Amino acid sequence: MHFNFNEEEEKFRDEVRAFLDENLPEGADRHDPVFLMEWNAKVREKRWVGFSWPKEVGGGGGGIVEQVILKEEMAKRRAPALGTCFMGLAWVGPSIVQYGTEEQKERFIPDILDGKYQWCTGYSEPDYGSDLASLQCKGVLEGDEYVVNGQKIWTSLAMWAEWIILLVRTDPKPAVKHDGITCLLVKMDSPGIERRPIQNMSGGSMFAEVFFNDVRVPVNNRLGAEGQGWQVTISALANERSGIAEVTGMIRKLEELKELARKTNKNGRPATEDTRVRGRIARFEAQIEAMRLNGMRYLTKQLKGEPLSSETSVNKLHRAELEVTMGDFALDLLGSTGHYRAGSDAAVDGGKWQTGALNWPDVVIGGGTPNIQKNIIAERILGLPKD
Amino acid sequence: MNFGFTEEQELLRSEVRKFLDDQCPMEQVRKIMESESGYSAELWTQLAELGWLGLTIPEEYGGAGLGWVDLVVLLEETGRSLFPSPFISTTLTAAAILEAGNDEQKKAWLPALANGSAIGTLALLEQVDVLSADGITLLAKTDGDDFILTGEKSFVNDAGAATHFVVAFRTGEGAEDLGLAVIERDAEGVNAQSFPGIDQTKRVGSLSLENVRVASDAVLGTAGQAWPLISRLLDRGAIAVTAEMVGAAEGALYMTVQFAKDRIQFGDPIGRYQGVKHPLAEMYVDVESFKSMVYYAAWTIDESPGEAERSVSLAKAYATDAFTRIGIDGVQLHGAVGYTAEYDIQLYLKRSKWARPMFGDADHHYERVASLGGL
Repeated sequence: MHFNFNEEEEKFRDEVRAFLDENLPEGADRHDPVFLMEWNAKVREKRWVGFSWPKEVGGGGGGIVEQVILKEEMAKRRAPALGTCFMGLAWVGPSIVQYGTEEQKERFIPDILDGKYQWCTGYSEPDYGSDLASLQCKGVLEGDEYVVNGQKIWTSLAMWAEWIILLVRTDPKPAVKHDGITCLLVKMDSPGIERRPIQNMSGGSMFAEVFFNDVRVPVNNRLGAEGQGWQVTISALANERSGIAEVTGMIRKLEELKELARKTNKNGRPATEDTRVRGRIARFEAQIEAMRLNGMRYLTKQLKGEPLSSETSVNKLHRAELEVTMGDFALDLLGSTGHYRAGSDAAVDGGKWQTGALNWPDVVIGGGTPNIQKNIIAERILGLPKD
Repeated sequence: MNFGFTEEQELLRSEVRKFLDDQCPMEQVRKIMESESGYSAELWTQLAELGWLGLTIPEEYGGAGLGWVDLVVLLEETGRSLFPSPFISTTLTAAAILEAGNDEQKKAWLPALANGSAIGTLALLEQVDVLSADGITLLAKTDGDDFILTGEKSFVNDAGAATHFVVAFRTGEGAEDLGLAVIERDAEGVNAQSFPGIDQTKRVGSLSLENVRVASDAVLGTAGQAWPLISRLLDRGAIAVTAEMVGAAEGALYMTVQFAKDRIQFGDPIGRYQGVKHPLAEMYVDVESFKSMVYYAAWTIDESPGEAERSVSLAKAYATDAFTRIGIDGVQLHGAVGYTAEYDIQLYLKRSKWARPMFGDADHHYERVASLGGL
């Protein structure tokens, strides 16, 4: 058991730091579009976008440990994201790399890496959110086209996306519900697609409903074989790694909470002198440390070539709880000033704590609710009978 | 980066587990916990022969010369089986002598601790359970180079069984004027005993000292400068207890999982219901998490001492809260039978109650985390 990185890994860390020193000066404005475009071109040139993807398709061909180091160092400096095609990088690209035809790889991967346009993921449907495999959106093969009819919901970024990776049911009566699902890559301006934004409780509208009415999709836009859609999706979901880099984000959030506590009074005294405040912050620290160390344990498993599966639900549950309790704790510190929301001059720190305290469902519900995660642990790890 | 056990450590784990399963299954645990001494002399000798009592004692003093990560493997297993013995106390005694003793002292005591002929324990605190220099008030009188000690030490684990006590005393009124000495049970004026405790597999006791003479060759390190050593011993104690908590919590979890698979109610195993499934999943999340934290803390003790205070406090604090919930949920998910003396799950709950204040409760350690984190 040791926690040191080897010489080569440390050299890579130095390289990342040197790059950040040169290209992300203190006080760089992360909202300046000119800066962001330059930044993006540079990280693309370093092949850090699609860092772990094979070199043949234009990725970096990097290893898991280096990827962790890269993300850690980037997070520490609050660097802008690596690449601008969020869904494309997280879900679509890895699926195409694994299941796509040569033609599909050539057609889509360079654009995803260059961030030319956004993708969205057409998975969830009304009535079938967590029960993804029960989806009903229909695809019927007619000649060399699939004709798609049905509806998707909770489709993040759908209002801006140019393409959607879509799951449709091509066999209405399969022996097992996970069979008979097919994955299609569909242009969002295809005739017959309609999108309607859904406003969320913090005022934004990150996701939308998407309706498909006789949408025609060429058969060469099918990803993987007909009926293989479930496997294509599962491997994309499994592409989520041990989650160590996310932890760095949580550590930063904790530091920001401490800063907030330092400038806040409670009962007429500095909040940091209040034992309850101190205890609550220390508890967050312990939970984040648990996530960090769990992540390192899982990373070690991956390095040994052992597959990761349901263990990752452990950190998802920690994260879910932390998002909610840290969000509420920030509001507790703010007291009545916490009632002002973003956009109000009186809101502390521009109202980011209020927005954060209302945006937790993004990470808590997205990717499977806590109750679904608990079912996964109970059934797949502890071996309890299925519901 | 490699956050996993070596093959040797995995082998040690399976050997210890097999030994305890064979030699000290739950019926045996129950017999030992009801005995007056609270441990089995016969099993103690076997542990010595297997080399486990001297696991962290260097080979030149009769031990196996391994580290704290190896020790954690062993402690996890003694925790899982609720093995009743003065093992942690003896290990901590060895740690004190190893860190602060001179060669003479090491030769005098360590081989006896490794071969099982001596049983040691820490006697650091008095009436007040304060885990700081203020918690130690026993003031030594000096007589030439010797110290004369009179007073009472409370919260002494395994006091009834111990042959050697590592005793903390004051050499002055100053904030940290502390000394540490090894006092043998048969010295004049020493009286020690254990009492039945909330956890029947653990013994808690007291040590009374009446004009006990401590010669300079019994003093560990420099009298008056012992606080850093005592502080490190408290951390080692915390991590040892927490390592046992990992095993015990995991034992309680899987015992309850099995019950949930076997127990039929309303026509189904209760493990089919989310009301049962979800608390079990939460127990798993906690066990996984404090496991990671304990392993890391044990690693810092040997390899990264600068991080040890923080990592030990995080582990003990998190585990204390989590194991408490696991003990309660374990009994509760068993229903009324979980509360009966006949079922074993309640023994794990009692361990969680015993472990809560040991070497600092959650509040104590969270406060230390807050201070170390710049609050």
